[in-house]
Parts: sequence; structure tokens; C-alpha cells
Amino acid sequence: MKSRGFRGGIHPYDGKSLSKDGMIHDCLPSGDLVYPLAMHIGKSSVPVVAKGDRVLAGQKIAEAEGFVSVPVHASVSGEVKAIERRNTAVGTRVMSIVVSNDHQFEEMLPSPPDASVLDSKEEILKVIQNAGIIGMGGAGFPTHVKLSPKNPDKIEYIIANCAECEPYITSDYRCMLEMPGKIVGGMQILLKLFDHAKGVFAIEDNKKDCAEALNNLIKDESRMKTFVMKTKYPQGAERMTIYAVTGRAINSDMLPADAGVIVDNAETLIAVYEAVMEGRPLTKRVITVSGDSVAQPGNYRVPIGMNHIELLEAAGGCPKEPSRFLSGGPMMGFAMYTIDTPVTKTTSAFLCFDKIYVGAKKPDPCISCGRCVSVCPENLVPSRLARFAERGASEEFIHWNGMECCECGCCSYICPAQRQLKQTISTMRQIILSDRRNQKKAAKGGEKQ
Amino acid sequence: MSKRFLISASPHLHDKSSTSKIMAEVLIALMPATIFGILNFGRNALVLVIAVTAACMATEYLYQYFRHRPITIRDNSAAVTGLLLALNLSPDVPWWMGVLGGVFAIFIVKQLFGGIGQNIMNPALGGRCFLLISFAGTMTSFSYDGMSGATPLALIKNGQIAQTNLIDMMTGRIPGTIGETSVIALLAGAAFLLVLGVIDFKIPVMYLGTFVLFLGFFSGHGFDWYYIASELCGGGLMLGAWFMATDYTTSPITPNGQLIYGAILGILTGLFRIFGSSAEGVSYAIIFSNLLVPLIERATVPKAFGRGGERAWAK
Repeated sequence: MKSRGFRGGIHPYDGKSLSKDGMIHDCLPSGDLVYPLAMHIGKSSVPVVAKGDRVLAGQKIAEAEGFVSVPVHASVSGEVKAIERRNTAVGTRVMSIVVSNDHQFEEMLPSPPDASVLDSKEEILKVIQNAGIIGMGGAGFPTHVKLSPKNPDKIEYIIANCAECEPYITSDYRCMLEMPGKIVGGMQILLKLFDHAKGVFAIEDNKKDCAEALNNLIKDESRMKTFVMKTKYPQGAERMTIYAVTGRAINSDMLPADAGVIVDNAETLIAVYEAVMEGRPLTKRVITVSGDSVAQPGNYRVPIGMNHIELLEAAGGCPKEPSRFLSGGPMMGFAMYTIDTPVTKTTSAFLCFDKIYVGAKKPDPCISCGRCVSVCPENLVPSRLARFAERGASEEFIHWNGMECCECGCCSYICPAQRQLKQTISTMRQIILSDRRNQKKAAKGGEKQ
Repeated sequence: MSKRFLISASPHLHDKSSTSKIMAEVLIALMPATIFGILNFGRNALVLVIAVTAACMATEYLYQYFRHRPITIRDNSAAVTGLLLALNLSPDVPWWMGVLGGVFAIFIVKQLFGGIGQNIMNPALGGRCFLLISFAGTMTSFSYDGMSGATPLALIKNGQIAQTNLIDMMTGRIPGTIGETSVIALLAGAAFLLVLGVIDFKIPVMYLGTFVLFLGFFSGHGFDWYYIASELCGGGLMLGAWFMATDYTTSPITPNGQLIYGAILGILTGLFRIFGSSAEGVSYAIIFSNLLVPLIERATVPKAFGRGGERAWAK
């Protein structure tokens, strides 16, 4: 099938060769493990253990609070040391359960759910929620919520997002090569939830070997296929992937389900498979450790809650101290002010750079060159949006479709004046979104009175 | 880990392009026309190119120095303005007049409006039109090979089209301003900018296309190919269409707006050339259209992806 593409996008240096060739290494943590109670979007989980309790690996230590929430499981055995606020990689401080590792790695034996689970859609969703599974591509939206659209019969495509368009990250690539069976298995389970859906593995054309590995496994699967997309950033952005596969374009007011589509990241499918078929909750994930100053760049299977400092040691440390640490990819990831933070379910990469100069230079004035317009996948005019944002002109910002921004960062990447367009625009978006929420709240409050 | 880390908002990668690099590329693209102009017109052309460029850079430096603003002459934009203005002057213009135009272009048109990216009209053309109004005689007398002669456009205007030579207009061996005469040198520079992606086809092609249509319908010559080719190659049209109408700051940023802008340029140039008192019309057409840019942009906000904006681009 010929791949369609969205307009715009960029081709940054992808740095994937640093980490793509080695097998995934397993990491054993030595110090304390920290489990933030808000790794996902939605209500924070509620601890079900107390200080001093002994927990086993795989044991539930916090319970979901309502539907849009998931539980948290311990990834090692040890004693609950504290429940307190801790720093996270993205720069917040959130309530976390701290477990001191006893180095026994005693596991709570997984009890595979019996086969009858697969007969009931509700049961499958319950197992997925109970395993603490959230979107592992970075957003962290609870997977069972995504899998419960209003109208399940209208879902025509389950897309496994295997694009991995962020530079440097190769964790999905390694997973597809090393565990294609689990990805396909995860897809089989999701297809049981949606009778009219087809399963599509959407892969960029720089990962043809992965497409081949998956193709070998799905030869006899009439409801599954692979789909090869052009390699460019942000091909893996949800709206762009959906457009490439289905030709349907969704805007910021729509959910993928409105276009008959559900998108899940490749590693999320592995988690679904392990939860439903093996009874294992989500306690580990694959993380790319890379960048220009890491001794052994590669992919590591890391227990959730492990400290980034330990992860860096596992990758051989940094021969030269880097100037910048990133959680996530270089296009959308966060710069960390301390690496004494835990790995969470949404940490896809840990990158250490010395030679990155972005942000070091003062931006020049905009000369309206229009490069941001030509790269914007959402067909916006970032230069003008940033100007409206700087003035706080929210009406004009909305008129020029500012709320459609997907924050991919192409505009900032390309800007010759090195203006922080994405940051300016996303700040304005946050302000407008919070204003709208407040107005809604005020309106509701008014009704009550 | 005692060292402090750098924090900045994502993205953490950058394309390594810069304003000064873009402006340098424009300067390189203007070199064929500049070198040809100097060889063609002789010493005073060289003096003007150097004097006007230096005047523009010096004006920018002094303005920023005395107003305690960051000095921006390293972004090369003042040099581009100076070179473009020089290329738009008759080789007979005395150096001090060129310098006066350069000071006006940078001080009045560019810096008083807020500097790079803020000017509402093309500074080089602003400077040229200032000189055209102030020194109409000198600015519109063009000598060539020691003789004062009419430009091909003036000949056409007088109904003496038979006396023009299209080959000479292509190579540039005709009277005119320093940089406008050689169509071949200008197109070579334009091709360089197109390949690098510094400029885009939309504005110049729409401009020239609309202009040709306008001539065909309203000039009274119909679609006579020799007449149309002479109008295209004569005067400042090629320099204007490829190097001045494409100026980033003073042209619309929206794709549809660029098409409309190009069409307005074509119509105005046709109007001024055919119905105006002068044979020329490009400079006034461009600075007039510059003033319409904010209106054009407001009317051509592109549709967003998922709101109808994706189809126009799908392959």
C-alpha cells in the first residue's frame, strides 16, 4: 500500500544508530524505588499499603480512584519506607510511595487469568485496568478508558502506533524486533473488544525490518495488516498517524474514536498481552538511554520507580558530564533539573547531551520567513500565533486556529530566528483551556446557587 | 552530580538555520546581477554599490548605538537593503544621492518602525521611491555607453517597439538601473534561492502570470508574444518579482495570501505601466501592495488540519 502523508513535518538528525543495534538489557535496581501516584492522566491512585508494610514485586500498592485512573504495582520486593512528595522527571513534586529494595526480588506469583476472561469484553477491560496499563508512548492516558468508546461498533481501526518518529528513541523498534509475538498477541486481544475493527501496525519506512517481522506473524490473521508510512517527524503524532492510515483528519475537538479509530502504542500492546495472557501487571518498561555523552547507549528494561541515576550507571555513566538531561525524546521531552527522579510508566527515553545549544542563544526578531508555516503539520501559522500569544490576544489566537496546535515543536525546530514558538503557543493554549474550565465551573456554580 | 543542568522548553533540537545565513544567501544570489551591472556600467556603478551598502550598515549601527539597542548589522539584512537599493539606482546617480537614499531606507523605513521584521514596506524600495520623488530627473536619466538613451520600456511606451532588441534585454546590454538589466543574471540568482528554499514560486509566478494576463487584455497589443516578452524583460520587473516582492517581512505569510498578493502586484504593475505617466511601475506596485499585507493575511487564515485544511495538501 502506498503511504499517504500529511503536509509539512521535518527531518531532524535521528540519532537512532546509537542505540538501535543492541538487545534490550535487563536492569536490576539497587536503591529505593519511588512510585508517583499520578503517572497517568486522570485521578491519582490511592495507596493501599502503609509505611512499614512488606510488599512483593507485582503487588498492588495503590488502587485506582474511579474509572479514569489505574492502580500502581511494586516492581521489587521490600518495605514501604514512606508515602511523601517526591520530584518527578517532568519537574513536579507529587505524592509517591517509596519502597526500600530488599534485593530479594521476591515476586508475587502471577496468576494467569483463566481463558474465560477472553469471552467477556468487560472482563478484558477490567484486567487491563487492574494491571495499571496506560498509554506508554508518553501521554499516559489510561488504556481501558481509551478502549471504552461510546459506540464500540463504530470502531473500524485499531492502530498500533509503531512510528517512533522521535529522534534517538529506539525502544519500540527493539520491542518489535524482539517481541513481535507479544505485540500481535496484544492486538488479538484488542480486536476481541471491537467486532468490526481491523488491526493496523503503522510503521515508518525506516523500520522495514520490523514490518517484515510483524508480517511474518500475521500471515494468517485476516483482520491484521502492517502499514508503512513515510519517515518524517511527527508521523507518530496521533492525528498524523490516523490520517496516514485512514485518510481521516481529526481536529482538536474530536477523539480518534469519532473517526472510528483507536490508537495504541506498540509497547502498550505488549503490556496488554502480558496482563491478559500472563497475569502480569505493568511493572517494567523498555527505555532508550542515549545521547552524545552516554558510555553505552542502548535499550534497557527498567523496573518502574527506579532512579534515573541508577539507570545512567547501568548504561555505563557519562564519561564527560553532560549539560542537559532529557526525559523523553528531544522534540517533545522534558529537560530535567535533577536526575534524582524515578522512571515512570511514560518514560520512553532518558537522553544525555553535551552538545545541544538550543536555548543558549537569545532569539532574534521574527522576519516572517514562513518556514514555520511550511512545516506545521496542523496547517497553522505559528509565527502569528506566537505574536498573538505574546500580546495575550486570545480572540485572534483562537481565530487563527491556535487551539489546534499539537505541540510537536516543528516550528521551533525550523525557526531561523530561534524563537521558542511552540513554548509560546502552548502556554497560550494552557491559559485559554484553563479559562474555559473556570468559566464552566463558574457557570455550574451559578446554577447550584 | 553537582553541576547545574541546562533547562529549556522542548524541542531540544534545531535546524541550525539563522537569519544571517538567509540574508547571506540573498546577497550571494544578487552577485551575478551586481557583477554584471558593474562590468556593464563601469566605475560609478561600483562606487554606488559600495557607498549605498556601507551607508545602510552604518545607519543601522549608529541608530542602534545611540538608542542603546542591540547591534544587528551582523544579521546581514542592512547589507541586503543597501545592495538592493544600489541595484535599483541609475548608474548616473551621484554617490551622495545613493547614500541619502540608504539613510532614508534604514532610518525612516526600517528602524523607526521597529527594525528587522517590523517595517511595513520594503526599505530598499522605500528609499528608491523617496529618491524618485526628490530627484526625479537624475533618477530617471539612464546613459549607456556614454550616450543618454531611452530604456526599452520608454521606447515601448512611445510606440517605438521596433527599436527594442529582446536578446540585449535578456543579457542586459541596455540602459536601466545597475542591477535590473540582465534577466539572465537575475534568473540565475533566483534559481539559486529557489533551490535553497529561501524563496518560493508562489509570489513571483503569480505576479508575472497576472501581469501577462493584464497586458493581454488591457494593453491594446493583445497577446503579442514579442510585446509581452519585452515588457517582462524590461524595467525592474524581474528584479522586483524575484528579489523584492518575495521580501519576507513585507509579503503575506499565509500561502493563499501570497497568491493574492502576487495577483495584486501583477495588476498594479500593469496599471502603472500602461496607464501611468511613467513607463515604470514595479517599485510603486510593490510598496503599495506591502501596505495591504496585514489585510490580506487577515482574510486568508489557512484552514487547520481536521477543519478542512488537510485536503488541499493531501497527495
